[in-house]
Amino acid sequence: MFTILGIPGPLLFGQLLLGVINGAFYAMLSLGLAVIFGMLNIINFAHGALFMMGAFVSWMLLNYLGIGYFPSLILSPLIVGVFGLVLEKTIISRLYKLDHVYGLLLTFGLALVIEGLFRNAYGSSGMPYRIPDALQGATNLGFMFLPNYRGWVVLVAIVVCLATWAIIEKTFLGARLRAATENAPLVQAFGVDVPRLITLTYAGGIALAAFAGVLAAPIYSVNPNMGSSFINTVFAVVVIGGMGSIMGSIVTGFGLGVIEGLTKVFYPQASATVIFLVMVIVLLAMPRGLFGKAV
Amino acid sequence: MTGFSRVQMIGVALMVALIVLAPSVLYPVFLMKVLCFALFACAFNLLIGYVGLLSFGHAAFFGMGSYVSAWTIKHWGITAEVAILLGGATGAALGLVLGWLAIRRQGLYFAMITLALAQMVYFFCLQAPFTGGEDGIQQVPRGKLFGIVPLESDMTIYWLVAFVFLAGFLLIHRIVHSPFGQVLKAIRENEPRATSLGYRTNDYKLIAFVLSSMLAGIAGGTKALVFGIATLTDVHYSMSGEVVLMTLLGGLGTIFGPVMGALVVTAMENYLAQFGAWVTVTQGVIFMVCVLAFRRGIIGEIGAKLKVTL
Repeated sequence: MFTILGIPGPLLFGQLLLGVINGAFYAMLSLGLAVIFGMLNIINFAHGALFMMGAFVSWMLLNYLGIGYFPSLILSPLIVGVFGLVLEKTIISRLYKLDHVYGLLLTFGLALVIEGLFRNAYGSSGMPYRIPDALQGATNLGFMFLPNYRGWVVLVAIVVCLATWAIIEKTFLGARLRAATENAPLVQAFGVDVPRLITLTYAGGIALAAFAGVLAAPIYSVNPNMGSSFINTVFAVVVIGGMGSIMGSIVTGFGLGVIEGLTKVFYPQASATVIFLVMVIVLLAMPRGLFGKAV
Repeated sequence: MTGFSRVQMIGVALMVALIVLAPSVLYPVFLMKVLCFALFACAFNLLIGYVGLLSFGHAAFFGMGSYVSAWTIKHWGITAEVAILLGGATGAALGLVLGWLAIRRQGLYFAMITLALAQMVYFFCLQAPFTGGEDGIQQVPRGKLFGIVPLESDMTIYWLVAFVFLAGFLLIHRIVHSPFGQVLKAIRENEPRATSLGYRTNDYKLIAFVLSSMLAGIAGGTKALVFGIATLTDVHYSMSGEVVLMTLLGGLGTIFGPVMGALVVTAMENYLAQFGAWVTVTQGVIFMVCVLAFRRGIIGEIGAKLKVTL
């Protein structure tokens, strides 16, 4: 067995992998928050609850309808995305003329309702979701054993994050979206249906959270609290990265996951708080966040 | 002179009368819980209602105040009033640090930063040895007031709690109606303009934050003595959410709103406790209804009906 800085290699790489996986979820969730914030000017506090809902929907698809992991990777985000669409149309769209704080309060309430309903129906103990057969087992990389499913999660998360980036930065739809974020009335004057764009943005951000939820289901058990345990950290990630740039959210998410993983190796007591400490340092050094624009 | 209008004077008199009479009808421990949360909500309202700052991390001050009061009275055997004041001092000190960090950003970022910082405090409490982790600090004695009056009887400590609440309530009223409070309201209405008039708005915001967190710490410390226990529930972010709910439901920026909100939310939790997670669902629904259709809150609506400021 080899060691790095006095730490056994497998331990170091194992924690690093866990860190990258957490980072993948931070990246996907903060990305959705950033996109929604850019367009709707609300902090979607229900993001964690909808992430959890994504995991639950895939569990339900499997246990009630016998639909497996891979189809539900598409179906679950679609279902939750439609739910988001309805939410935006019926409730959230009423808030755009109000102080932004109300958006936060409303979505906080929404998160309580969703989590409470799932806790009533399924308890809070959590239910296992089996790793699909195709992704069972592990691969020997020489320096460590990589469980196939975890490798898959990292790979898919990177692809999805880059695809989101590409859609927003490189396509015509993304260009309209960015323009509407900059100056909605002007874009509307050019004949773009901005309200529809807003609805789609919200649904898209929600679908992204639900997709992350499906990926998370086999790793963490499916339980009603899985979202709220993530979302507070994700808020710190968002503060650190600033919400100005898509690539910034992705880089910050993965980077902080790695930092958290390394802390688990070198100073485990601080692993739960390290991201918040980074946030404090960033606030002191560059209050706008690493990639943030002026408010 | 007092800063209260005539209608508000009637309101205060009514409230004091209710506080005095209520324990002969209702269970004093329940009333004390209401009063502790009412003080907590009033402290929170000082920030959101008069400075326009939404802190989503007030559980940190409430919870740490509760831990410190419980620990000091249990292990140092100090008197009750000192323990409560230490809780307040803890809240103020923590508020100074967290507030100093959080006021660097405004609006929604401020809310997210306070939430994240409070989460850090939560993880600290989860791991630190003195908090007792998942068990919390249990069997906290109520101690003696000034070292003389034993507080073991519910009715004796009730008067102490009532006094602490009223003192805090009047202090907040005094702050809001002082020249300092006028500047706070100016910051709420238009911060750049307040800055251009020569006010160091960040200093004002920080002082308000410290005052608010001090009162939250006092509320937490008092609650720890009443129930003889300080646990992670008090620092958890759902507690921060609860105080937001109380204030929102009662009426943001009203004098009596947070008290009314604390009463309604605490009563609801008591009656719904047997239904498990339905409490959470109900709270969520109230949040949504308040935001969508009831933004003035109970007291705010009553005030609007009667055309008075309550």
